[in-house]
Amino acid sequence: MDEAGALARFAQRQPLGTAGAVIVVVLVGVAVFAPQLAPHGPKETGFAPYLPPSAQFPMGTDQIGRDVLSRVVWGARLSLYVGLTSVLIGVTLGALWGVVTAYVGGAPDSGSQRVVDSLMALPPIILALALMAALGQSVNNVVLALLLLLVPTAARTVRSVALSVKEFPFVEAALAAGCSHTRVIVRHILPNCLATYIVLVTTNVSYAIVVEASLSFIGAGAPPDEPSWGGMLTAGTQAIENAPWLVLFPGVAISLAVFGLNLLGDAIRDLADPRLRGGLG
Amino acid sequence: MRTYITRRLLLFVPTLFGASLLIFVLMRLVPGDIAEILVYQTGSESSAVQKRQIEQIRRELGLDRPVATQYLAWLAGAVRGDFGYSYSQRRPVNEILAERFPRSMELATVTLLLAALWAIPLGVVSAVRQNTWLDYVVRVLSISGLSLPIFFTGVLILYLLVRVFRWLPPLEYVSLTEAPVENLKQLIWPALAQAYYISAPIMRLTRSQMLEVVRQDYVRTARAKGLGERAVMYRHALRNSLLPVVTFIGWWGGRLLGGVVIMEIIFAVPGMGLALVQAVSYRDYPTVQAIIFVMALIFLTVNLAVDVLYGWLDPRIRYG
Repeated sequence: MDEAGALARFAQRQPLGTAGAVIVVVLVGVAVFAPQLAPHGPKETGFAPYLPPSAQFPMGTDQIGRDVLSRVVWGARLSLYVGLTSVLIGVTLGALWGVVTAYVGGAPDSGSQRVVDSLMALPPIILALALMAALGQSVNNVVLALLLLLVPTAARTVRSVALSVKEFPFVEAALAAGCSHTRVIVRHILPNCLATYIVLVTTNVSYAIVVEASLSFIGAGAPPDEPSWGGMLTAGTQAIENAPWLVLFPGVAISLAVFGLNLLGDAIRDLADPRLRGGLG
Repeated sequence: MRTYITRRLLLFVPTLFGASLLIFVLMRLVPGDIAEILVYQTGSESSAVQKRQIEQIRRELGLDRPVATQYLAWLAGAVRGDFGYSYSQRRPVNEILAERFPRSMELATVTLLLAALWAIPLGVVSAVRQNTWLDYVVRVLSISGLSLPIFFTGVLILYLLVRVFRWLPPLEYVSLTEAPVENLKQLIWPALAQAYYISAPIMRLTRSQMLEVVRQDYVRTARAKGLGERAVMYRHALRNSLLPVVTFIGWWGGRLLGGVVIMEIIFAVPGMGLALVQAVSYRDYPTVQAIIFVMALIFLTVNLAVDVLYGWLDPRIRYG
């Protein structure tokens, strides 16, 4: 079958997932082509403040006279940057951690489990807030704060999968055939955790985007001049009575992005790991 | 069973120790401390006098001691249930906990009750009538609930309340025991906003569990022996599919105490979360450490309770 046929089959079997994929493609497109799409720069001021949506400013202007449309467009880039980097790095580190400790077992494993327990016992938003307060507000520090939330969860999930993979006869066979432990981990255990890895990545991007926005909401996210959807929404709540568009557009942007990512993530989860089927589909 | 609970309780010790140490170190890494905030707040020109004042405050609070000594001193107090004295509120931290904890707990409980009350029946209906318009409505509701960030729904609800109903968040918090009706009026909106968000995954889980259980052999047996559809669904299918849902709700319950912080900010509920955010900005170490310690303890306790409950509900589960 050609690729178009495969795509059509996917669309038929996963209508919601396809809708999600379309939204995500648009989101990625907006993020990549932000400089071309946005009429103005994200930090460019100098227009009259609080202008309602019009032909010149389709989403109006904000408190200090910036074009809201441009900031929403650039915000896609910031959200995706934070979401993708934190999840790719976080889940990868967590997966390696989980696989290695599961394979080694014994005291190092239970020791690492206590660290994971400690990190997971702390309320996530609060943990991120404390880290942001310690590091200072910047976009990359938001990524670091997210790593602190994502690594333990990924480590715990992948560890439990690796524990069962470790017991399969092919691991024993590989060891009997003289494979080194490194080779067993890399060639035999890691590939069998791939489905879990993919599911963790796809389902956590939207989570990371929401946490980024929530951090901005409690005043501990990216610096206020950065075009963060959460930050824009928060700043807008001060003036919601007179300028509701300042809350509405960034809020709709986050919701749409998360909606699309959730739908796509669910569809990918169904494909990657049939045992977890159910979800939305 | 008893050994299982004992072992889990013993695991509390390293976990709480690790969590408290982590927050302690993180808070010390935050630039500035309460002494600087207090002295520079008064606004006079920075000078040698101010430097001396700062040093004096640090000495009084014991902040001039080595960090390890400070942690051990804190730990020694904490294990005896004494969390010290708040820097910013100038009263014992235990007093703050006693005041704030019931408020957040009440908000979290009302939220969970609302979410469960509306999510479980909808999830069941959605599964029983799979692929009908009702099912689609429930699925869209749950996907949208998952996609709308709680601060967005919270702000929208507040805006509508103010705009349409001329409702304003009250300036003074009234407790449940003082004025139950007023108190519930205050809490119902943040609880609803948060419950909408939490109900989405509960609905999804109930639905997918029901769909899975309906295909089990014992359900077919129940049908084959001529039991009515209603009895099959509610006596056999529902009871068995609710197990994971109970675990999930319990997990949320443990998390919720830290999770209601955004609702507390939007709707001005002076609970633990709000106190925590303020304490972080004042570098009020004792208050931050105590509140986070209590939140972690609640999380662990609720998780343990859920696991025990799970075994009690499902005798197939054995504790190794």
